[in-house]
Amino acid sequence: MSKIIEGLKYSESHEWVKVEGNIAIIGVSDFAQAEMGDITYVDMPEADDTVEAGEEFGALESVKASSELICPVSGTVVEVNALLEDAPEKVNEDAYAAWIIKVEMSDPAQLDALMDAAAYKAQIGE
Amino acid sequence: MKYYDKLVFELSKEGRTGYSLPSNPYPAGPEVPSALRREVPLRLPEVSEPDVVRHYTNLSQMNFGVDTGFYPLGSCTMKYNPKINEEMAGLAGFAGLHPLMHAGLTKGALKVYQEMNKALASITGMYCFTFDPCAGAHGELTGLMIMRQYHMKRGDLRRTKVIVPDSAHGTNPASAAVCGLEVVEVKSLENGRIDVEALKPLLTEEVAGIMMTNPNTLGLFETEIKTIAELVHGIGGLLYYDGANMNPLMGVVRPGDMGFDIMHLNLHKTFSTPHGGGGPGSGPVGVCQRLEDCIPDLKVSGFHGNFGVILRAYAYILSLGKQHLRKVGQYSVLSANYIKECLKDLYKLPIDGVCKHEFVFDGLINDGAHDDVPGATTLDVAKRLLDYGFHAPTIYFPLLFHQALMIEPTETESKETIDAFIDAMRKIAGEAAQDPEILHAAPHNAPITRPDETAAARNPILKYQEN
Amino acid sequence: MARLPYLPHTDSDIRAMLDRIGVQKLEDLYSDVPSEFLKKGAYALPDALSEQEIRDYFASLEAMNARLKVFVGAGAYDHYTPAVIPYLCSRSEFLTAYTPYQCEISQGTLRYIFEYQSMICELTGMDVSNASMYDGPTAAAEAMKMAVACTRKKNRVLLSKGLLPHVIQVVETYARFNGVEIAYVPVTDGQTCINCLKAELDKDDVAGVIVPSVNRYGIIEDHSGFAEAVHDRKGILIEYCDPSALAVVKTPGEWDADIAVGDGQSLGLPLCYGGPYVGFMAVKKEHMRKMPGRIVGQTVDKEGRRAFVLTLQAREQHIKREKATSNICSNESLMALWVTIYLSLMGPEGLREVNRLSSDGAHYLYGELLKTGQFEEVFPGKPFLKEFVLKPKHFPGQMQKRLEEAGFFAALDTEEGYVSFCVTEKRTKAEIDRLVQVIKEG
Repeated sequence: MSKIIEGLKYSESHEWVKVEGNIAIIGVSDFAQAEMGDITYVDMPEADDTVEAGEEFGALESVKASSELICPVSGTVVEVNALLEDAPEKVNEDAYAAWIIKVEMSDPAQLDALMDAAAYKAQIGE
Repeated sequence: MKYYDKLVFELSKEGRTGYSLPSNPYPAGPEVPSALRREVPLRLPEVSEPDVVRHYTNLSQMNFGVDTGFYPLGSCTMKYNPKINEEMAGLAGFAGLHPLMHAGLTKGALKVYQEMNKALASITGMYCFTFDPCAGAHGELTGLMIMRQYHMKRGDLRRTKVIVPDSAHGTNPASAAVCGLEVVEVKSLENGRIDVEALKPLLTEEVAGIMMTNPNTLGLFETEIKTIAELVHGIGGLLYYDGANMNPLMGVVRPGDMGFDIMHLNLHKTFSTPHGGGGPGSGPVGVCQRLEDCIPDLKVSGFHGNFGVILRAYAYILSLGKQHLRKVGQYSVLSANYIKECLKDLYKLPIDGVCKHEFVFDGLINDGAHDDVPGATTLDVAKRLLDYGFHAPTIYFPLLFHQALMIEPTETESKETIDAFIDAMRKIAGEAAQDPEILHAAPHNAPITRPDETAAARNPILKYQEN
Repeated sequence: MARLPYLPHTDSDIRAMLDRIGVQKLEDLYSDVPSEFLKKGAYALPDALSEQEIRDYFASLEAMNARLKVFVGAGAYDHYTPAVIPYLCSRSEFLTAYTPYQCEISQGTLRYIFEYQSMICELTGMDVSNASMYDGPTAAAEAMKMAVACTRKKNRVLLSKGLLPHVIQVVETYARFNGVEIAYVPVTDGQTCINCLKAELDKDDVAGVIVPSVNRYGIIEDHSGFAEAVHDRKGILIEYCDPSALAVVKTPGEWDADIAVGDGQSLGLPLCYGGPYVGFMAVKKEHMRKMPGRIVGQTVDKEGRRAFVLTLQAREQHIKREKATSNICSNESLMALWVTIYLSLMGPEGLREVNRLSSDGAHYLYGELLKTGQFEEVFPGKPFLKEFVLKPKHFPGQMQKRLEEAGFFAALDTEEGYVSFCVTEKRTKAEIDRLVQVIKEG
């Protein structure tokens, strides 16, 4: 039974979004980290990179797998979580504390296409 | 095998040397100008010759090779590597040839290439080969370049897609992408073969061709190959044959006759050259006659490919001759089917029927899972086999099955060896049913136990650092 | 017909196995193959040869090749191979193993690759090396692709005209199919032209630049300012090097390059008509995860003992499939072992001594050739090590032929009309004197 937090938005590809004003804070769900197993590396963009909704912005790597990170919203990366560079295991420890990037949204209406906690819970069948 | 924990750097002592060079007979030449001179220290080990010999001998004793024992690694064709081939490749008259020597100086080498070309053409039904590629994946890339070259030469620039079955070797889609082609996946049927009905709608005028392995990675012959060839040729596409699985067809079936236009061979698989711990190999690419002119302006390696490997393979072909060729294919298929029949009551065989040189189990039928004890996985079976003195099969490939265990015995293993392997596999199945913990903790008597791969990837230590 | 010694099955083995499978004869194992594809008639192959006949036949082939003293380099160098190397590399535990997938019984392979990586880092002054690649030119082509992957959106790669011709050709071939645009930086006065480089960089579309550490004329290049210029435009600087020479010339690390590539052949590998050789690639740490090829890393086993594994595999084709930046799935492992043993034996002092002997011999030959009056200097005063070019005053083609007849492979023609010479520690002063004598008599 994986953890799902109320009040966050979720994408079909298991990213979560926390909205603070015009900034979207993006990470992966507890379900996603559990599916990956021990995460060994988080491939992240750089600050000032532009990202597009539905496009890859990075990847999670484990010993035997690589899983793309799909951006739920479009915009400009304002910050990446530098802590994950040396400690990717933070994502396994608490997927909701270990945010990956912060994006200044160019089209906040894209948030409407995302799921709420209940819908996401239904998607992952829990 | 015993654990030995040195690195050569740790044997180093200032002032020791392991070389012997002639004294300098020349007047002192100029020094490298100071602005261009290496300033950083060169911390290579300083060791004596006996130390070097003992160190690498000790390292070798932590390794398992075909000469050590049975190596049923699926898709890798770990057959015996004849020793005469090594000696022939080392002859001074070959080893001393500079690659830029012109044809008048290298007649013997060129004769080897010509005769290899003829022999491989005959064995495969292709028209001619290029020997430049240094490995199987390198051959794939070269073959796809030829495929694109063919379409471009005809002025057909729309062909940017290549069809790859979902059971393909991982190199297939990777080679296609590196060659600038977009990969379109075609599904397999329940019986493990390409779904011809699923293929049809994919065949558009944007398709450059299809990459196939036949028998495929499940060891199953693609029975619909004739239809597939007609369909692909019908839309102007080409058929690429991944020669990784050529061994069962030796002397029995030729890719050229099945309609393939381009193929590569792995001389280090089918033609008995040693794998060398991961190379050097050789991946010559054959084409049908109409593609002959697509080869010349491709330069994919420095000189003439891995000549030393080609020499070994040629010695092997001469030992087979027309008399023994067929036995290679037949015996490799015989041994694979025999193992399959002797184990399918204990290991899940997802697709029954005759296989070619290899086959795939999908894990144990009874993995011993109970209460809180997880069952034995394919990884556990593989690791336990090491304890019994066998190399493991290929595991978790193909991706079609979750617990894939891919077994390829080759024709050079005796029935006694194969029976001993079957015994070990049966014992392991018994252990799994009784107490899967034995398997979880395996291997028990290898030089090391299972290493922490997560730690290795999280905190990469990729070179020696002095303490 | 005698049996083939590599096929152990006896008639009774075959019978027993067929019975267990439940088929009548071997042909029944191909019942799934449409009969039209079953080969009918004999294969056009020679008759099988016995071991002795193979030996005799190869001796006759070998005798058709010329046996010459090699005074040519151009990417393949006739350095001495200590006896220990082929002896150890032929140990069948190394020779007959596959890629080290089962790490518990492949610690030998994994350890020597780790040593190899360490030594390549040491030679090049870079942070991280992979487990080796096919050869130098393909390593350069992989570096080209890597530069594009590292810089994204930029798609042009510059090649110095001072690179060896076969390196340029392989990079061009890969680029053509990879959608990478190639442009060239000319050589002026024997050295890759920095002003021309800067002019190209100013177009701001350059992903990477490949320059030779020692160029095709044998000249040690001065790359002062190169890295700064390339990095100013967020490009990747790739140095193509002769690893043997790196014992004495400035390293890619010292030039602040991002990627070092080259061919390990000069570290004691036989010429062998061009292969097998071994490409190397080493990079700065920040580019490590974009590097193609296998990488071995250190870790511990369950008992806490030092152990080695293939690592950072999430970059590779078997996981990323069509998203991988390279399709490479092997290395030239045995040749990496060869290089590792060579460097262990030579050590820092031996490698410097090889350079000393080769360079002194080359300078001696250079001087003696000029004394014959038959050559002009092309790049006077430019620093070189074991290899150089001169301009013959007349008939270069005939000179090479005469040298061949006297037992030398020397004076290789270049496309500019120069002739190229190379001297390694394997050449003796007597050979050089004889070679010069032949030219004088011409």
